[in-house]
Amino acid sequence: MIAIIDYGSGNIAAIANIYKQLKVPYVITNDLGELAKADRYVLPGVGAFDATMRYLNDSGLVATLNEQVLVKRKKVFGICVGMQVLAESSDEGSLAGLGWIRGRVRAIDASLIPASPKLPHMGWNSVVPKADAPLFAGVDAEQGFYFLHSYYFDAADAADVTATVHYGKELPCAVAHGNAFGMQFHPEKSHTNGVAVFRNFAEL
Amino acid sequence: MLRSRIIPCLLLHDGGLVKTRQFKEAKYVGDPLNAVKIFNEKEVDELMLIDIDATAHAQTPNFALLKGLAVESRMPLGYGGGVTTAQQATQIIASGFEKVSISAAALTRPALIHEMAEAVGAQSVVVTLDVRKNKLLPGHTIYTRNGTEKQKASLLEFCQQAVELGAGEIVINSIDRDGEMAGYDLELAKLVRKTVSSPVTMLGGAGNSTHMQELIDAVGVVGAAAGSMFVFKGPYRAVLINYARPDRLV
Repeated sequence: MIAIIDYGSGNIAAIANIYKQLKVPYVITNDLGELAKADRYVLPGVGAFDATMRYLNDSGLVATLNEQVLVKRKKVFGICVGMQVLAESSDEGSLAGLGWIRGRVRAIDASLIPASPKLPHMGWNSVVPKADAPLFAGVDAEQGFYFLHSYYFDAADAADVTATVHYGKELPCAVAHGNAFGMQFHPEKSHTNGVAVFRNFAEL
Repeated sequence: MLRSRIIPCLLLHDGGLVKTRQFKEAKYVGDPLNAVKIFNEKEVDELMLIDIDATAHAQTPNFALLKGLAVESRMPLGYGGGVTTAQQATQIIASGFEKVSISAAALTRPALIHEMAEAVGAQSVVVTLDVRKNKLLPGHTIYTRNGTEKQKASLLEFCQQAVELGAGEIVINSIDRDGEMAGYDLELAKLVRKTVSSPVTMLGGAGNSTHMQELIDAVGVVGAAAGSMFVFKGPYRAVLINYARPDRLV
């Protein structure tokens, strides 16, 4: 059972709908007991880094998720800001992240982008996944995914970067370390490529 | 490489979808949920929905309808119409939309742009400006409330101000070209492109993929939005939801 962690994030319904159509069992919840019963997690994202961390801290989700992810080694998949909070810290806020994947979320350097439009990075862009990245199996990398962001995950260990996107320079757009996975773009709004990613996560 | 976005723009009116000509003669073109499903099948880049009743009738957005559309949508969604507070913007994002657009409310109270950016992030804040080309003097004039209210603000200055306040995207909608299907106002597109560094989307005038190609050739990576060309087919404007992209998107 996949638990889609419910903290009022808008993309929850679209993610749930994809799993429904894939006939993958899922539950949308922020109930700590219910969460402990799931065997993997999707952490959607919306809004700002600090607002997300504040919710995760105040709701008691951090302790539960730390236990499930770090001790019980259950798989977790963060999307957009849900990916950014996997980092240790962010240029966008002052709170500490979950720190499951080492690195800092940084602002994209607009001065490296030769022509307007500069920021936000908005639209469909190709990605370059690592050959063995399991979540990208069956993905058309040239077609890529829908991006909408001004910050990116600067991983401390290059080995944790599972895909890059070119925007000004090569930026990490997907990361993974052990049982934690994250993507900056919006797979839930990226048609067949996005559906492939969610199916891959369910089958990991 | 980042590609131009080819965006169908659908107008919500009395619970259905309509298409106008120069903001008049609203013609019924279908059901919004059905349109979202068809555009899913066609793997559309992005979809823009504008409720043309909301501001005109001082209504708040129809959150129940928006939520129903967002659940089905496999593509990013933008919404505009009747948004006057950051709280409403938050609610629209929480309904599953990626972007929220304001127009009249941005001109009445520009600080709202900043408040929305604080609440949902600049990447999700869109300022849409409906404009008419001036008849005698050079330049364009901004209008609100479905083209009925003339605004004093200078177009290019307001674009700049909107981006400074936190707008992540500027949409320019040409009233004169709405529904005419004779091509975008390329000179206007170039002016706006030069003025702001944020993403820009042009709406009004596209009749075919060649028009979109002309826009991309003129300004580079851009949002090319259209209504008529994605809902009508043939010289008699038979209603048929369709989608096509130009060959080159960068």
